[in-house]
Amino acid sequence: MSSTLKPPVSEQDHVHGGKSATIEIVEFGDYQCPHCGHAHPIIKKIQKNFAEQIKFVFRNFPLQEAHEYAFPAAVAAEAAALQGKFWEMHDGIYENQNQIGETLFNELAEKIGLDIEQFKKDYSSGNVTEKVEADFESGIRSGVNGTPSFYVNGTKFDGGAEDLMEMLKESAE
Amino acid sequence: MLEKGTKAPDFELNATPDQKIKLKDFKGKNVILAFYPADWSPVCSDQMALYNEMLKYFTKHDAQIFGISVDSVWCHLAFEQDRKLHFPLLADFEPKGKVSKAYGVYDEEVGESKRALFVIDKEGKIAWSYLSPTAVNPGADGILDALEELNKK
Repeated sequence: MSSTLKPPVSEQDHVHGGKSATIEIVEFGDYQCPHCGHAHPIIKKIQKNFAEQIKFVFRNFPLQEAHEYAFPAAVAAEAAALQGKFWEMHDGIYENQNQIGETLFNELAEKIGLDIEQFKKDYSSGNVTEKVEADFESGIRSGVNGTPSFYVNGTKFDGGAEDLMEMLKESAE
Repeated sequence: MLEKGTKAPDFELNATPDQKIKLKDFKGKNVILAFYPADWSPVCSDQMALYNEMLKYFTKHDAQIFGISVDSVWCHLAFEQDRKLHFPLLADFEPKGKVSKAYGVYDEEVGESKRALFVIDKEGKIAWSYLSPTAVNPGADGILDALEELNKK
């Protein structure tokens, strides 16, 4: 159906990479989805290879009914974001996806140096929950039909992380 | 396939071995019908999993969603339990595909329903319909847009 990113990337989003990048990639992902876990190292590689040319944005699309820890994980990453450590938590969860759960979130929080008291408070507050839900709704509006779903410069990309890598390589040649 | 403005054909299908759903009992409520080819096949599973996450959005628009395929009630039951689905799947099983045919979304060649969406308004008229390529999960944005359009009336 829809193939346009709604709403466009804004200050509300977590943006990684070149501010003046010409290629903007948005991923809608679920922290417990195996396909997203599989995509994670490929995205890392894309970021490394294309460095400043690329701006990478992650929006939450947790399938709560299918994945018990998808929503709590998204909330943990958003709570870490309030202390400026979104990507550290994001990477930590994907890199330890097989141990996903509250114990992992707390361990990661310590490891990346969060103020634990504050993290726990934010984790249970409604604000971060609202952010995750807003991301989910933006996914629905944008025509996300599964995870991961990618948008390149605002248009739905028909393929997975590997296809994305191929496409970028080809367009760079 | 039946288009916008057509009266939605009434039907009576089993949701469980001993529960029948009649479309006309849902007058006064918006109804979403999601025809899909088969339980267990990967694309449909994602599609049903997506709708499962969206029930609160549908409730907000006073809408009830039903999945419909030619699978039997027992197959639906196992599928619902496995995927923890919280909305009814209807069995268009006997006579096979009768309701899918009435809505013009039966694939005679493979003997399954096509992947099609209908939004039916509170008076029982089709407000929006969409036929998706069989291999593509159509997402849910079209359904939400149609429901919002109805709310404006």
